[in-house]
Amino acid sequence: MLRIEGLTAEVEGKQILKGIDLEVPAGEIHAIMGPNGSGKSTLSYVLSGREGYEITGGSVTFDGRDLLAMEPEERAATGLFLAFQYPVELPGVGNALFLRTALNAVRRARGEPELDAMQFLKVARERLKALQIQEDMLKRGVNVGFSGGEKKRNEVLQMALLQPRMAILDETDSGLDIDALKIVSDGVNAQRGPGFSALVITHYQRLLDYIVPDRVHVLMGGRIVQSGGPELAKQLEETGYASVQAAA
Amino acid sequence: MTAHPIGAAGFLHRFDGLRARLPGARLPWIQALREQAADAFRVQGFPTRRVEAWKYTDLRQVADAGFDEALSAVDSAPALPPAHGGARVVFVDGRSRPDLSTVDGLPYAVESLAAALEAQEGRLGSLARPAEQPMAALNTMLFEDGLVVTVPAGVAGGVLDLVSLGSASERPEAFHPRHLIRLEAGASLTLIETATGPEDARYLHNPVFEIEVGFGATLTHARIQQEAPRAFQLATVYARVEKGGTYDNFTLNAGAKLVRNEIHTLLAGPAATCHMNGAQLLRDGQHADTTTVLDHAAPDCASRQTYKTVLMGKSRGVFQGRIHVHQVAQRTDGYQMNQALLLSPEAEIDSKPQLEIYADDVKCSHGATVGEIDADQLFYLRARGIPEARARAMLVEAFLTEAVEGVQDETARAALGAAVTGWWEAVA
Ligand SMILES: Nc1ncnc2c1ncn2[C@@H]1O[C@H](COP(=O)(O)OP(=O)(O)OP(=O)(O)O)[C@@H](O)[C@H]1O
Ligand SMILES: [Mg+2]
Repeated sequence: MLRIEGLTAEVEGKQILKGIDLEVPAGEIHAIMGPNGSGKSTLSYVLSGREGYEITGGSVTFDGRDLLAMEPEERAATGLFLAFQYPVELPGVGNALFLRTALNAVRRARGEPELDAMQFLKVARERLKALQIQEDMLKRGVNVGFSGGEKKRNEVLQMALLQPRMAILDETDSGLDIDALKIVSDGVNAQRGPGFSALVITHYQRLLDYIVPDRVHVLMGGRIVQSGGPELAKQLEETGYASVQAAA
Repeated sequence: MTAHPIGAAGFLHRFDGLRARLPGARLPWIQALREQAADAFRVQGFPTRRVEAWKYTDLRQVADAGFDEALSAVDSAPALPPAHGGARVVFVDGRSRPDLSTVDGLPYAVESLAAALEAQEGRLGSLARPAEQPMAALNTMLFEDGLVVTVPAGVAGGVLDLVSLGSASERPEAFHPRHLIRLEAGASLTLIETATGPEDARYLHNPVFEIEVGFGATLTHARIQQEAPRAFQLATVYARVEKGGTYDNFTLNAGAKLVRNEIHTLLAGPAATCHMNGAQLLRDGQHADTTTVLDHAAPDCASRQTYKTVLMGKSRGVFQGRIHVHQVAQRTDGYQMNQALLLSPEAEIDSKPQLEIYADDVKCSHGATVGEIDADQLFYLRARGIPEARARAMLVEAFLTEAVEGVQDETARAALGAAVTGWWEAVA
């Protein structure tokens, strides 16, 4: 599904990604862990097409197609989704209008009929309920005045609506209370199946108790330095990254 | 045919010719006002950019247009913009058109200035300062008509539409309506002004408003400027707000080749409030200038000003905002913000805030932001599958929506919102 080979990238002349090799097959959930500043968010931005990164080498294919050649909206339309580590506030853009516009853009790209306001509301209400989000959140400006946890839930709501085939969750667990962590994890697990893959970026083993990954990768200094099964996350929790560094 | 003098001389020449025929020619007090104004205009002429208050707006293209007074036969049934309530007063080329107006059964008086002129002694000219504002001098010299509204104490006046239509004619025309709005104690009114004209019309609309908001009264004044693309509007608004009164002005500049929206507000009584907000939506070749002068002359007053400008192509926006907090005006709460969104590298915005504070217990802030569409916001929308053009449109709309959302009165807010959306749909 997603294949990253030898990916190197720079930000403002500084090399951040130093040769990433990673493959996420269809239906699998992989976790990425790694110290602050190791390049996890940079990787997720590069994959979703944010400006400001210079790709200096390597390739990324999504279902065999060259992902890096696509505009951000094309990537989203073909089924890639990034849950932002820091969701962006959009004052003056109503959340309902935003969600409906996004959903219809993606539906149009998939050749599905667009939803009118009533049809959208029906779909949105179901998702809100599953994620235990208050309905008045639809009326507010996108992420404006949302608490940290509300922003993260709003990201997962968007994922649930857009139904991507590949989701990158960048520290979606940070800032969530214990109950919310469970609800959000259930939301991700509900998507699980042969047509859904995910890259879950996290600092905490706890999330991986709820969303059990098929593989765990350690990203350090712009490279994947170790990969393993779910037990790798538990081991890191105990020994920290120093042990990995020694091994690498 | 004689050559038409242009510039200030042209208008003074016409004043000489029309003097005896202008409304109120037999009323000595009117005559005196007009002569004084003519003297002031003779001295000042059209201000050049050397005059501080006109530093960013060059009136040469207006001065040189060679205007006639509006003498053309008026269109019997011009197209009217949508009405927002029941009551509507229509002016065509600055002259009142009772045949197009609906003012029956209102709980307050609506008159045409031409008809009610005699009774306006002491009221007309009480706020305008022709000696200082040359465009007000021009207006005083040549006004023919206008709207006179008096809402008696305690009366809720509801919504009144004021429609100004310019018409197309061979030579560009100039008209200078003088509007007098008075709200007595505890009265309220929502005045929604729409100024427009046919696509090919060239004219100068030079209105002056004298607005008195009485004790505890509330006036919502929405000005929707959608003049013809080649027309000019130079508007000067004078408002005086008494104790506990509220003046809520929102000016939308969407049309005209060049527009000046100049507002002088005097917070004369304690605990008075004024909002001077607005949006300027500029396409290639347009110039819009909003200039506000706010006097906090009593304690415990609050003022809010937020102006937002969207600039496309080679357009130019100007905001000058002066706040003068007098020594007596303790506990003043003032806020001023000017934000511009540049959608083109050729567009230009000038911003000049000016705070003069003579009281010591004052909360007064101002700020200005100029920017392009935020890259992070744009990426967030695109990362959700929204195509770039649509994402940009959403962000511009959001910028403008925020401006309009501050308007308290629901009808005025809806009217302004529709005008903003209409503009954006036409350009996007
Ligand atoms: N625009 C930028 N300009 C300069 N340096 C940048 C820029 N963006 C990212 N970096 C640097 O790139 C490195 C990787 O940042 P990144 O955000 O990818 O880390 P991360 O692994 O997501 O960290 P965290 O766990 O704290 O979220 C950091 O050293 C960061 O300072
Ligand atoms: Mg990060």
